[in-house]
Amino acid sequence: MTKFRKKVYLAAGYNTISFGSGRKEFNPKKARPGIEQYITEAGRGSIVQISDPKNIDEGVISNFMAARFCKQGNLAGFIPEIDPALEYKPSTRVEGACGSGGLALVTSMKTVLSDLADSVLTIGVEVQNTVKAIYGADILAGAGHYASERKEGHAYFFPAKFSDRAGVYYQKFGYEPTRKGMALWYEQMIKNARKNPKAQEYHNAIEDLFGAGMTPPNPKTFVENLNIYDCSKVSDGASALIFASEEGLKKLGIDKKDAIEVVGYGQCEANLTKQPEDPTKLLTTQKAAEKAYQMTGLGPKDIGLLEVHDCFTITGILALEAAGFAEYGKGAAFVESGKTRFDGEIPTNPGGGLIGFGHYVGGTGVRQAVDCIHELTGKANGYQVKLNSNRPYAMMISMGGNDKTVTAMIFKKAE
Amino acid sequence: MTFDERMQNVAIIGAAGKMGSGISLLLAQEMARLKNKPENKDKNYRLYLIDINLDHLAGLQQYLRAQLVKAGEKACVMLREMYKDRQDLVENQDCINQYVEDALSFIRTGTDLSIVKDSRVIFEAVLEKKDLKVDLLKKIDNFCGKDTLYLTNTSSIPINILNKEANLNGRIIGFHFYNPPAVQKLAELISADSTIQELKDFSMELAKRLSKKIVPSNDIAGFIGNGHFLRDGLYGLREAKKLAEDYSLPGGLYIINKISQDLLVRPMGIFQLIDYVGVDVFQSISETIDHYIQGEDLKDDLLKKMYDKKILGGQKSDGSQKDGFLKYDRNRPVGVYDIDKGEYKLFDPQGWSGELDKKLGEYPVGFYAWRNLVADPKKSDKLKTFFQNLKSSNTLGAKLALSYLQNSKEIGEKLVKSGVAKTAEDVNNVLLNGFYHLYGPINDYI
Ligand SMILES: NC(=O)c1ccc[n+]([C@@H]2O[C@H](COP(=O)([O-])OP(=O)(O)OC[C@H]3O[C@@H](n4cnc5c(N)ncnc54)[C@H](O)[C@@H]3O)[C@@H](O)[C@H]2O)c1
Repeated sequence: MTKFRKKVYLAAGYNTISFGSGRKEFNPKKARPGIEQYITEAGRGSIVQISDPKNIDEGVISNFMAARFCKQGNLAGFIPEIDPALEYKPSTRVEGACGSGGLALVTSMKTVLSDLADSVLTIGVEVQNTVKAIYGADILAGAGHYASERKEGHAYFFPAKFSDRAGVYYQKFGYEPTRKGMALWYEQMIKNARKNPKAQEYHNAIEDLFGAGMTPPNPKTFVENLNIYDCSKVSDGASALIFASEEGLKKLGIDKKDAIEVVGYGQCEANLTKQPEDPTKLLTTQKAAEKAYQMTGLGPKDIGLLEVHDCFTITGILALEAAGFAEYGKGAAFVESGKTRFDGEIPTNPGGGLIGFGHYVGGTGVRQAVDCIHELTGKANGYQVKLNSNRPYAMMISMGGNDKTVTAMIFKKAE
Repeated sequence: MTFDERMQNVAIIGAAGKMGSGISLLLAQEMARLKNKPENKDKNYRLYLIDINLDHLAGLQQYLRAQLVKAGEKACVMLREMYKDRQDLVENQDCINQYVEDALSFIRTGTDLSIVKDSRVIFEAVLEKKDLKVDLLKKIDNFCGKDTLYLTNTSSIPINILNKEANLNGRIIGFHFYNPPAVQKLAELISADSTIQELKDFSMELAKRLSKKIVPSNDIAGFIGNGHFLRDGLYGLREAKKLAEDYSLPGGLYIINKISQDLLVRPMGIFQLIDYVGVDVFQSISETIDHYIQGEDLKDDLLKKMYDKKILGGQKSDGSQKDGFLKYDRNRPVGVYDIDKGEYKLFDPQGWSGELDKKLGEYPVGFYAWRNLVADPKKSDKLKTFFQNLKSSNTLGAKLALSYLQNSKEIGEKLVKSGVAKTAEDVNNVLLNGFYHLYGPINDYI
């Protein structure tokens, strides 16, 4: 696999609060900020960290379904709204369901690598609380294949997709140990979220988190194999960061100590019309991670910080296996070993992940990269982990749909 | 005729009222479910909603639509299963819309009784007036088939009387929903001596379909729920009047309302509850039960005066509480009616009501408000400790509360002794499930 022909950096990360049920200030009956407010808050949060926004060359914005959640399309048009200096600059909107954020990252990166831009402002956004969860489920189902899957699909389409995976996994590797691993995942994510004031679960006050995570699923009102604690919540929010070349960093006045570098990446797309070959495996995730390892010559043993797409607790466990951290069938035991904990060997989703931080779907991939910037440059405040010096790399995996659109990226602190 | 056959054609009389509208919703949901069973595809369904008040009927349609949407949203997993053969219904939204349309499509509203002539089941939920109920039942039975079944929602009128005066030959039963019917899990079932078995079976099946918990009650005016509530409320009124000698009547009402909420650990004080039900409704329950039960004074002059002055409580159309014995601001009591002056005396924690609070004394250790205990798995232990401390407390508040509790227990025991309830458990079940008490009146706490 080819190497990058020049260095690409990320800096100036910003996340809005992940807003929705769970936040004390959330009231479904009260008016809330719209998608444009989230975009501008995140965009401005990023550009205040640079010398002058007129030196930004392009914009990329990722989102999944604003056309249905907010009746809003043409989202690239909100980038000039962030700052007048961005008017008439090229901007592009990308979409890849829950993996949209990952696509924003690679699109921005490739734009910088193309030499056509020295810097790109990258935004990811989703506003979902505009509809009740039961209708949101319809909208999110668009990440699957509508024609062949929706009619037979469940009321809670995606929870059921991963519930089905969990069901097969239980059969193969045992219900008890798997459920325990899932409950521990929930516990770890909420504990992490409690350190992150912007997390949706920051105010979570459940005493017995593990006990809650062990709640038996209720297929009558929800799905067969997952309980509500196994699921990430419905969220509004946006994230922003800046991609830049060496030249770009200089123009934007960004100090290297505040930046991270992309070491390599892997991007994979699987056929949307096909069912997963083996429900107990995230094969596309596995392929994307392998590509990233191949390009960098690195492996799981080098990774000291991991950001995975835990839209469901079971997905977190499957991702640990797919990316080579845990052996096949040993993901739950891996979680139980404590290695993924905040103070573990490979702190995973230290800001709370999708389960704890929240999941503003089309923005999540960007949020993951922002957290990698924060952690590697020492800016994560309450959720700052201590990186193991033998494992100086951070890896993030953004996943869309039922393991269809996957981007893995490996970062290190800029030198 | 099977249950499902009967449910093809149903009518509700008084459908736009508080109870009628909730019953309409429950039946519409059950009928929509039946209609969508594959074996019922070609059958016609009808739900007639009759009321004399046209405005309320219009409101009823809006209410039903909104509530059916909510119900569909909650039951969407089931709806998708129900519509699995409908290839045109793909998204949740499609199924929910169809469900609402299905239910509304068999509903007919109107003021003219005669349209119900083909109904095989009639629910009656008009005002609590015996003569009105009898008159309507008679009229309907004149043009309906002689195997039509009647379920009345009366709160207090003996079913035997309705049966006899309307000439129904046992085709009537008391199916006493609690308010609001769509939410409350309890229903009292009251058979007359001659109530036919088919109707009893029908009612049990109905309760099962609607997920209601049935408590059987004997056919004695007021049954269990209002039998207890009426006597409990009258006791409160009498106690308040006794206290009036020392603290004025508004003071007495204030004190009794407060201790019956706080120290009895109930969701509302007794006068707030009467206001919630409606002073007029309470008055009519009192008159009816008093009329049928001998040897017990079940009327009250203060209650009658309030009724005559049209200080009636009840709810506004938006669901908020109207003023009655108490004055309300956003559903919280903020004052008490002074009947001599004809105006409300506002609570004044720095002044008169604060003084009365002091007179009542400190609450015993271990006190929790109802709302803090309702979801507490250890509530029985906590209540036990609290009531023990209450018994050893010497304050005015504790004394009043203990005799209130004692009286409530005696009412409960009397309901069992006089055969209204079969068991103490039935009495307790009604108060626990229908009135949201945390403990039954017949208990070992006192
Ligand atoms: N409100 C409660 O808490 C409660 C609880 C249980 C049982 N109940 C009983 O339910 C019954 C109804 O009570 P409610 O509180 O719903 O009263 P309501 O006043 O809200 O409703 C009565 C309805 O009957 C209608 N009506 C009156 N005369 C009619 C006629 N001739 N033909 C058709 N409709 C007519 C009225 O327009 C009104 O809509 C009563 O028997 C009551 O005792 C009430």
